[in-house]
This record gives sequence, C-alpha cells and structure tokens, in this order.
Amino acid sequence: MTLLRDPVFRRGLRLGVPFGLVSGALSLSFGVVAVQAGFTPLQAIVTSMLVFAGSAQFAALSILAGGGSFVAALTAASLMHSRFLAMGIALAPSLKGGPARRALEGQAVVDSSWALANRGDGTFDRALMFGTTVPQYVMWTVGTVVGALVGDLLGNPDRFGLDALFPTFFVGILLAELRDSRGRVAAVAGGAIALALVPFTPAGVPVLVAASAALVGLAIPGGRRPDGPGAAGGARAADGEEAA
Amino acid sequence: MSLSEGQLWLAILALALMTAVTKAIGPALVGGRPLPRWASGVIGAMAPALLAALVVTAVFADGPRLAVDAHTVGVGAATLLLLLRVPLLLAVLAAVVVTAALRALF
Repeated sequence: MTLLRDPVFRRGLRLGVPFGLVSGALSLSFGVVAVQAGFTPLQAIVTSMLVFAGSAQFAALSILAGGGSFVAALTAASLMHSRFLAMGIALAPSLKGGPARRALEGQAVVDSSWALANRGDGTFDRALMFGTTVPQYVMWTVGTVVGALVGDLLGNPDRFGLDALFPTFFVGILLAELRDSRGRVAAVAGGAIALALVPFTPAGVPVLVAASAALVGLAIPGGRRPDGPGAAGGARAADGEEAA
Repeated sequence: MSLSEGQLWLAILALALMTAVTKAIGPALVGGRPLPRWASGVIGAMAPALLAALVVTAVFADGPRLAVDAHTVGVGAATLLLLLRVPLLLAVLAAVVVTAALRALF
C-alpha cells in the first residue's frame, strides 16, 4: 500500500482528525434520533456505514420519523445529496484510472475533504482527500454505534447544542475560501440564493441551486494561489487539532 | 414511523444505492480529460458557493421557514471567534456551549 506511506495522505489523516471528532458527535445524534424514531440499533449503524452522508441521512430520517413515506424520504435525501453530483464532476479529472476505478475513488468524497483537497485552480489533491476522509468515516461509524446503543439515556441531542457543530466547521473552511475576491463573490451569491429559495423549495434544492453561484468563476479569474484554499483550510484545521 | 422493519431495510439499501450512484456519476463519465480553462474558474468558485449555502441553510432554515434559533446565535458567536483567529476546535466548543446554554435558559 503505497498510499499509507504517502506524506500527503498522512497529512490528510491529521487534518481529518478534528473533522472526525465533529463527525462522531453528529453521527451520535443521528444514532440517538434514528433509534428513537423506530430504527433498530443495527439499522442505524448499517445506515451510517453504507450511506455515509450526514445531510442525506438526516433528511431521510426527519421525514421517516414524521411518518412520511419511503418515496418522500428518498426524494429529500437525493436532493440534499445532489451537490455531490457537482462535486464529483469537478473532482473527476483529478482521480486516477478508468471509469470504474474513478467511480470507486469518488465514493471517498465528503464536504470537508473535498473542500480541503480543492487547490483552487480546478484540480484536487487526491491523496489529501482520501486521508481527510478516513478519520471521518471511522468516527461516523463509531458515533452512530454509541448513539444507537445509549440513545435512550440521552433524550433529545439538540439539548446539548450538537446542531451547532456542523455549521461552525463549515464556517471554518469557508473563511479560508474568502481570501480572494472570486471566493467572496461566490460565497455571498451562494448564500443569498440559498436563503431566497428556502421558503419556496423542498429541503436540498436551495443548496443545489446555490452551486450556480460558482459561475462567477467565468468572470473573475482566481489564479493559482501559493497556499491555495486547501493549504489555508488545513492550517486552520491544524490549529484546531493542537487545541484538542 | 409508518414503515415496518423490513420496509425500513429496503429504504436503507435504496439510500445507500442513491448516494453511491450520485458520487459515481461525475468521476465515471467526466474524468480523464484535462479541464478547459473556463471550467477551472467555475470549479474553484464551487466550494465557497456551496459552503456558504450549507451554512446559511443549516443556521437560518427551520423547514420552509427562515428563523433565528439558539444555534444561530451559537454559530454566530463561533464565527466571530474564528475571525479573531481562535482555533477551530475552541470555536466549535463555544458554538455548542452557547447553543446548549441558551436552550437551557429559554
């Protein structure tokens, strides 16, 4: 396994640790809520291991828990997950091998690993992305196991403020993207589009349509930055790691 | 929940299939070619656009309503700390503590 010796992959593993801690807390709350909604503990754990997508899992769970249908849950989850279509297209040229191998490698994408591996010039650091995802997959599974097994003792996980975790981490990655004017314009436009659509569209659609704000990249060249967004986001994550 | 245990297993498998296929489409169909110049600018701008959209919907959307909740305040406080270059994990801790404290008080 040459990947395990790759210093970039190892750096990714370290960068992924603080994100893994957040994943663990989030998936713990998924496990708690799923079991309270009527999943067996095994079903909650298998969901996290196979689906491995927080926004899709929570979207489906909230609809099923509210008595919604299978079709409604799957539709909501697909909409929440649809941003990975855009992310996969962006990532594609940076992956290796033929279509089957690239499709397999593409399974390693999660929001934070995709953003950290983004070099800002249209290419991605593949090894860094794999490394960043590993601690998050491990902790996503561990958190769900804990939540599914001890869930009944905890009550409503929102009581502990866990729903503030995920947006704060994304703010952390986002701030590193705001160093050039292209990033700032894209962020403001993306945020505004999403907010404007929330009252009128099903969950997931606002974020999907907000991806169109990236078209500002046609007008504002970003150029290659010496320490692209990956490196900058990494520095922040590393700061956090030291604090832990 | 209106699904039986068996139906829920089917739903879980369908979810897993859907997420895997969504992630596979781009890499399987697009990869292997270098990007045209215009595309790299758009892809570079995708992360800030998507991240900003994820943050504002997580913080301000309560179903189809726009609302300010305890976690809106918690994430706002953490954002200020991040701007002051406080380490990420400390800022996350602050977000959680502020949110939980507000929920306990009100």
